[in-house]
Amino acid sequence: MSSETQKILTTDGIPLEVSLKKAEKKNKIKAFLLVAPLLLFIIITYIFPIGEMFTRSIDDRMVTNMLPKTFKAMETWDGKELPPEEVFAAFLSDYRALAEKKEHGKLGQRLNKEKNGFNTILKKLWRKMEKFEDGNAKEQIMAIHKRFRDVKYWQAIKRTAPPYTMGKYLKGMDMFFDEDGKVVQVEEDRRIHRILWLRTLEIAVVVTILCFLMGYPIAHLLATLPMKYSNLLMICVLLPFWTSLLVRTASWMILLQQQGIVNDFFVMIGLVADDNRPEMMYNKTGTYIAMTQILLPFMVLPLYSVMKTISPSLMRAGKSLGGTPFVAFWKVYFPLTIPGIGAGCLLVFILAIGYYITPALVGGASGTLISNQIAYHMKETLDWSFASAMGLMLLTGVLVVYWIYNKLVGIDNIKLG
Amino acid sequence: MSNNKEFVKFAKVDKSYDGKVLVVKDLNLDIEEGEFVTMLGPSGSGKTTCLMMLAGFETPTNGEIYLDGNPISNIPPHKRGIGMVFQNYALFPHMTVYENLAFPLRVRKTPKDETDKKVDKALSMVSLAGYESRMPGQLSGGQQQRVAVARALVFDPSVVLMDEPLGALDKNLRESMQYEIKHIHESIGVTVVYVTHDQGEALTMSNRIAVFNDGKVQQLSSPDKLYEEPVNSFVAEFIGENNTFNGQVTDVSNGKCKVKLESGTEIISNPIRVNSKGEKTIVSLRPERAIINPENKMENKHKGKIEEVIYHGDHTRVRLNLLGNKEFILKVPNSSARMDIKVGNEISVGWDSKDARALDPK
Repeated sequence: MSSETQKILTTDGIPLEVSLKKAEKKNKIKAFLLVAPLLLFIIITYIFPIGEMFTRSIDDRMVTNMLPKTFKAMETWDGKELPPEEVFAAFLSDYRALAEKKEHGKLGQRLNKEKNGFNTILKKLWRKMEKFEDGNAKEQIMAIHKRFRDVKYWQAIKRTAPPYTMGKYLKGMDMFFDEDGKVVQVEEDRRIHRILWLRTLEIAVVVTILCFLMGYPIAHLLATLPMKYSNLLMICVLLPFWTSLLVRTASWMILLQQQGIVNDFFVMIGLVADDNRPEMMYNKTGTYIAMTQILLPFMVLPLYSVMKTISPSLMRAGKSLGGTPFVAFWKVYFPLTIPGIGAGCLLVFILAIGYYITPALVGGASGTLISNQIAYHMKETLDWSFASAMGLMLLTGVLVVYWIYNKLVGIDNIKLG
Repeated sequence: MSNNKEFVKFAKVDKSYDGKVLVVKDLNLDIEEGEFVTMLGPSGSGKTTCLMMLAGFETPTNGEIYLDGNPISNIPPHKRGIGMVFQNYALFPHMTVYENLAFPLRVRKTPKDETDKKVDKALSMVSLAGYESRMPGQLSGGQQQRVAVARALVFDPSVVLMDEPLGALDKNLRESMQYEIKHIHESIGVTVVYVTHDQGEALTMSNRIAVFNDGKVQQLSSPDKLYEEPVNSFVAEFIGENNTFNGQVTDVSNGKCKVKLESGTEIISNPIRVNSKGEKTIVSLRPERAIINPENKMENKHKGKIEEVIYHGDHTRVRLNLLGNKEFILKVPNSSARMDIKVGNEISVGWDSKDARALDPK
């Protein structure tokens, strides 16, 4: 053989590589066309909305569009002392334009959020600017109110210049930009979001643990019982799965309410006094119970599929080699189920952390999650950018969990069925 | 020092799973210390159940199993100290070869250096030294099997049970593993109870073979005796090849009997399970005991028509229609002159009366 790389030719004299590409091309196109509808669907219904959510969550173009000249003039201003005459002139011109369009009120409200007391002085400006003489805008404006002579108010305007803001994200964590543009926390009694985040995490973790504790033995039983019993049990596991979520949640409400079946039963067997029925709903307990039941199949199925593949002779081998049943279980069986545990826990945790209907119905005030807060802002306050910001924070949280899981167990080890 | 003749003892053991059918019926079996005993039988004959009872994964419905004189029915598997090799190896897939072998030692709290020594020894015994850090999944079937054998032996058990351990291997590997296991057994002198449905395997490896059928031991004897002197028609049929004639005893005398076949011919046979005139019987004759064109005067000499000739390399199998049996098989060594072995020819076949064993009818 010569040292040069020889091009291998087909019998027709076409280079083999070319020929291979040609032969595979049709198949590749066919394969792509088969996947294309799904790809398109995912782009339209998933990637695009998330992108939209992201832009909405950081969008802050309102002031940027209202005061174009001002921000242009402010570019050269260092922001330490009062801005020069051009800035005042540009601001006056922008404000006059807004007043003509009757949008000056919105600017007042928006700037007031940035710096308290802005609305008042702007209204004053609006009333007095009719009588302004041409030129020398700086002195005339400063004469209206002493706050116009305070550099902090001008700094506040400059802060709103960028077309985007992280303000909504800070709000989601009970923080905000103060007058100096520093990130500070809200007063302690108003930190509702942080409580919600922690509670969401807590409920998701507890529900995952409960699902694991209850699902593991069921899955084991399913995997080891003879076929005719395991099929029946499997149907019992899946039956709730086939029932509407709303129906299941409603049936939990019937069961758990104070005059409900469970409480009646407790009273009947004398566990609790009739006038002292425990509240099992509209609190965390209700959320725990209902969510665990609803998410249980997501734990059982991956576990079952993994356990099904573990040969019963492995446990026997463990025992015959001298391991007590516990040792055989712990050293042999349990490690082999870890991929299933990982998959089940990941699935349940991710589903639980974004759960909405069940906590909304049975959770009450102390059992609602962050998703309920997001829905509240979507429907009630109509603060969509805040809802988007929180939604993205939730998504990021899930991705972080996924990343940690990948580091710990390895995503290739996951088994979903 | 004589070995304990009843090292493992099944005493009147019955086993039923559903309370209706007995899978094992009144099993009595003594296994000598250091012996290699094979339980051989068709599937469903109860051999694996016996092994599982010995290992402790099944409890006898009735009767008792003794290990070195002690009843073990109430001892859980992990306290019996019996090593076991499973059909599908049952290596722990998440542990390395070393960890697999160290498992029985670690649960016995063996010190680390002793564990290392024993694992080394066991691995070199199955010629797998240097494979300690491999995962079972990285080994071939034969290597996995050797690891499983090493793991069952590493903690020096008094008895090792093997449940069709070679079933998943291909033919060549299976044969070499048979010798390997046999040699290991000979060199360390451990008692082995081996279960298989492969008679070749059983004949090659065992000191004694217990042929199981229908929950009962049909015959327990050494491989040669089992083949040469089957005590009933099941064993004769199950072990090796076998030509049979159905007939009725017409005379028993001088350690010989006359059997009248359905075709009307009388043949002279060796009465094993027949005592008196009029009994029905199946006469069993090994193919290699029938001779073509016998020159010396044999007690049985008959003519048959060749139906089929199958070339087998070292020998040729000839199917005859002889005395009404259309499935009569002859083995003709290929080194000899092939004579007139052609389909359609008639040849004369003869055999000794002691090789034709008159056994029980079905």
